[in-house]
Amino acid sequence: MTGGYPSEVVRVVCTVLSPFIAVFGLYVIAHGHYGPGGGFAGGVIVAVGAILPRMTLAEDLAYRAIPSITGPLAGGIGMLLFILCGVAPMLAGGAFLDYEALAIAGMEAARARYLGILAVEIAVGLAVFGALVLIYDVLAGRTD
Amino acid sequence: MSIVAIPLIGAGLAFLAVSALGLFRLPDLYTRGHAVAKSETLGLLLIFGGLFFHPALTPDAAVRLLFVLAFAMIANPTAVHALLRAARRSGQRPWHAKEGDV
Repeated sequence: MTGGYPSEVVRVVCTVLSPFIAVFGLYVIAHGHYGPGGGFAGGVIVAVGAILPRMTLAEDLAYRAIPSITGPLAGGIGMLLFILCGVAPMLAGGAFLDYEALAIAGMEAARARYLGILAVEIAVGLAVFGALVLIYDVLAGRTD
Repeated sequence: MSIVAIPLIGAGLAFLAVSALGLFRLPDLYTRGHAVAKSETLGLLLIFGGLFFHPALTPDAAVRLLFVLAFAMIANPTAVHALLRAARRSGQRPWHAKEGDV
């Protein structure tokens, strides 16, 4: 919060590791519907990849890489995507998040559920990522 | 295969045990950090080295292990470094150090 972390070791290691942490978070999100992981855990890990530079690098540098608009933007898009994924089957006559009701031509019910769960995981991951980055920015007083 | 794997994993466990013992028994923050940062990283290295020789290891699992090992070897000493640096800067004195020593 006070600009660059005074230790060069920490600065360099965090700079090098944070993209890898973010990519691992994407892996956890994409993995979530058939293994351990999912939108919540993956979103948190992606958010760590964004927050780590904010804690360790010089402030202008970190906010140039991931601007403070990212938090509300990603959170809002994620929430909107989740609601759309949930409501679309309702419009087709099913229950909330019941992807089978979508009845996409040439796609069996299991496949539709599989893809639907993946889409919801991505939406939840985006929302969690945005919310955590926004929380950090509010705490750091950088919501501009 | 397991004739290489078992001694490596055993040595790794021994280093992790020493690390845990040091965390409990050493007198102050700096010596404890020393125990955790070094012997735990070495213990992880040995255990993962043993796992690489395990017969049931598939190639994609080996790649994942390699990534976990690389991450742990970078992140573990860095975390301890940041912790002890903060302790030093906030005025924590080493064991037996007198008022003007540090």
